[in-house]
Amino acid sequence: MDAQSFHYMRRKFYNLLALSVSVLSAGFGIFFLFWILKDVISFGLPALNGSFFTELPAPPGAEGGGLANAIFGTILITVVATVIGVPSGILAGTYLSEYGRKSRVASVVRFVSDILVSAPSIVVGVFVYALLVKPFGGFSAIAGAVALSIIMLPVVIRTSEEMLKLVPDATREAALALGAPHWKVTVHVVYRGALRGITTGVMLAVARVSGETAPLLFTSFNNSFWNFDMSEPTATLTVTIFNYAMGPYEDWHQKAWGGAFLITAIVLCVTLLSRLIVRRKAA
Amino acid sequence: MTDKIKIKDLNFHYGAKQALKNINLSVKEKEITALIGPSGCGKTTFLRCLNRMHDLYPGNRYEGEIIIDGKNILEKGLDLIKLRSRVGMVFQKPTPFPMSMFENVAFGVKLMGIRKKKEISERVEKALRDSALWDEIKDRLNEPALSLSGGQQQRLCIARAVAVEPEVILMDEPCSALDPVATAKIEDLMTDLKKYYTVVIVTHNMQQAARVSEYTGFFMLGEVVEFDFTQKIFTAPANKLTEDYITGRFG
Amino acid sequence: MTREAYHKALKELQDEVLKMSALVGTAIKESMEALKARDVEKSRRIVKNDMQINRMRFDIEEKCIRLIATQQPMAVDLRVLASIINVITDLERIGDHAEGIAKISVSIGDEPLVKPLIDMPVMAGKALSMLQRCMAAFVARDAEAAKKICNEDDEVDLLYDTIYNELVLLMVQDPKIIKDATYLIWAAHNIERMADRVTNIAERVVYMATGKMEEMNVSKY
Repeated sequence: MDAQSFHYMRRKFYNLLALSVSVLSAGFGIFFLFWILKDVISFGLPALNGSFFTELPAPPGAEGGGLANAIFGTILITVVATVIGVPSGILAGTYLSEYGRKSRVASVVRFVSDILVSAPSIVVGVFVYALLVKPFGGFSAIAGAVALSIIMLPVVIRTSEEMLKLVPDATREAALALGAPHWKVTVHVVYRGALRGITTGVMLAVARVSGETAPLLFTSFNNSFWNFDMSEPTATLTVTIFNYAMGPYEDWHQKAWGGAFLITAIVLCVTLLSRLIVRRKAA
Repeated sequence: MTDKIKIKDLNFHYGAKQALKNINLSVKEKEITALIGPSGCGKTTFLRCLNRMHDLYPGNRYEGEIIIDGKNILEKGLDLIKLRSRVGMVFQKPTPFPMSMFENVAFGVKLMGIRKKKEISERVEKALRDSALWDEIKDRLNEPALSLSGGQQQRLCIARAVAVEPEVILMDEPCSALDPVATAKIEDLMTDLKKYYTVVIVTHNMQQAARVSEYTGFFMLGEVVEFDFTQKIFTAPANKLTEDYITGRFG
Repeated sequence: MTREAYHKALKELQDEVLKMSALVGTAIKESMEALKARDVEKSRRIVKNDMQINRMRFDIEEKCIRLIATQQPMAVDLRVLASIINVITDLERIGDHAEGIAKISVSIGDEPLVKPLIDMPVMAGKALSMLQRCMAAFVARDAEAAKKICNEDDEVDLLYDTIYNELVLLMVQDPKIIKDATYLIWAAHNIERMADRVTNIAERVVYMATGKMEEMNVSKY
């Protein structure tokens, strides 16, 4: 075998090696993902029925009942968290991209929000517990919403900043060169350009917080009954899953699987929706 | 010919770096003035002084005077929004806003404080006609501006600038991203615009300067080397540096 | 963006103009020698050689047009090319005048000249020297030298007047020689026109060097 074909063989071998390693790694990740999905579907889907969506939980040990209050609680808390977290996040992102830019204040804000992104969510839960639960004498839906909005905030800040930055400076200059005031340029031109990107970011942030459990344990806690009062403890799917999965009853386990399926489906839907928006942007 | 803009002893600094040195020249009203020179010679920097675009970024400093219609626009406390509505700008790459063609031009019209729908439409149409774009796009005004070709986008930007009814239009290499046909259309358009506007154009295409302008300024290392009638600059420049540059002996 | 190939082509073009002017100079010199020596063969050769000068003129003109079309010359380069197109036209015409003298020489044939040629070779020498110095000014882009050459056209005109008067006087005295004397007047007239053409070339040299178009010396004829 001459030297050249030896080198060629060696290159082919390394190529094959690298390819197999990456395929195996990908397979490893996807394997567990599908395992989880399979379990969630095979155990969760049978648990779903009419009463699951419409009825309150049955007393411990009794059969039947549903998670209607927890489904509503999750939606309520997520919506309130979005209402608090998204506007302030977008405004902060706007400050970073349009006004602060390279200023000291802006870099501090950027640094802090980067830390906040990686802060464990349970820490946020404890923080809100100390801030809103302890002083006001009890768990509440609003405390849960605030906790979720704090988790959401840095994600929204950074994605809106990045999306706004994608609008070329030339576009801003062109608008300013027409004699438009800065705020008009931001609202009418820059936001228009970044709208889809920001919407996607917001969707992903919502999807992320709707699956949070830890911070809610310390804030909205749980409730076996309907609650429409933001200042009272409120049931959520995630906390209910946590409690039921740990419980001694088979029926609870069933319900937990059902809740897990439902929350997975919600997150999937929101993610797909944001994908769709991105696709439309590209088109 | 009256002077629209008079520049006296203009110096400009980007932070510690001096980019323009003792610029003195006059821009004639309702004529096209071209600025040429090698890359980094300060011609674009100079152009962006004329509508104080440099104020957008920190650390920039002007000295001297830029007098438009008898008023020094470098004065402290000058209303930049008003200045920029009088001195419009067209950029190197087309800068359509992420909205429909109609909205792009209407953006400029609305800045003038016009709110009546009918009047906005009329002015948009006029601006598009003035920019020789109306016939090409009148049936699809509500489509995104980004769906236009590069040359059409650039004419849309010119229409948008014209819609504000400025007195001066600054053009920063407006054809550098365009093909020859689109370039020819913009050049024709410039000749039309000259009837109503004073035009200052920066170009790295000397033929373009020769074709469209009445006056040409040659910039080098932040200074004006020569400023004269275009015809004079391109047939018999007075300065050796100008001659060497336009005949391709350096640059 | 220095433009090496383009500037080389420009330089070569100027060299060709010089070559053409050298051919024209030879034609002037030889046509006068042939006329003086009554050498019909040599005269015929000069007539034939003029074809080469004419071809050269078209060749250079085409190259100029090609450079203008492909390189968009400006400033001094543009002036050089525009001047070359004019200069080669004048050179070609000077060549035609030399050819004219050669043709006259052929027409006179073997008959003796009506008078010995004294002033005419001086006049031709003068025109030739003007042409040569003018081409030197062309190469050096020397407007001052070119302007000076134009003033010498008067000397050539003066010589022409002398020859003309002399020959007219001879014709009055002896009508039999009218035909041959007229030939000589034509020959002298050809030389006078050569000098005029040289002043045209000088005007182009001034334009090339300064960008100014000026009339240098208005001929009396």
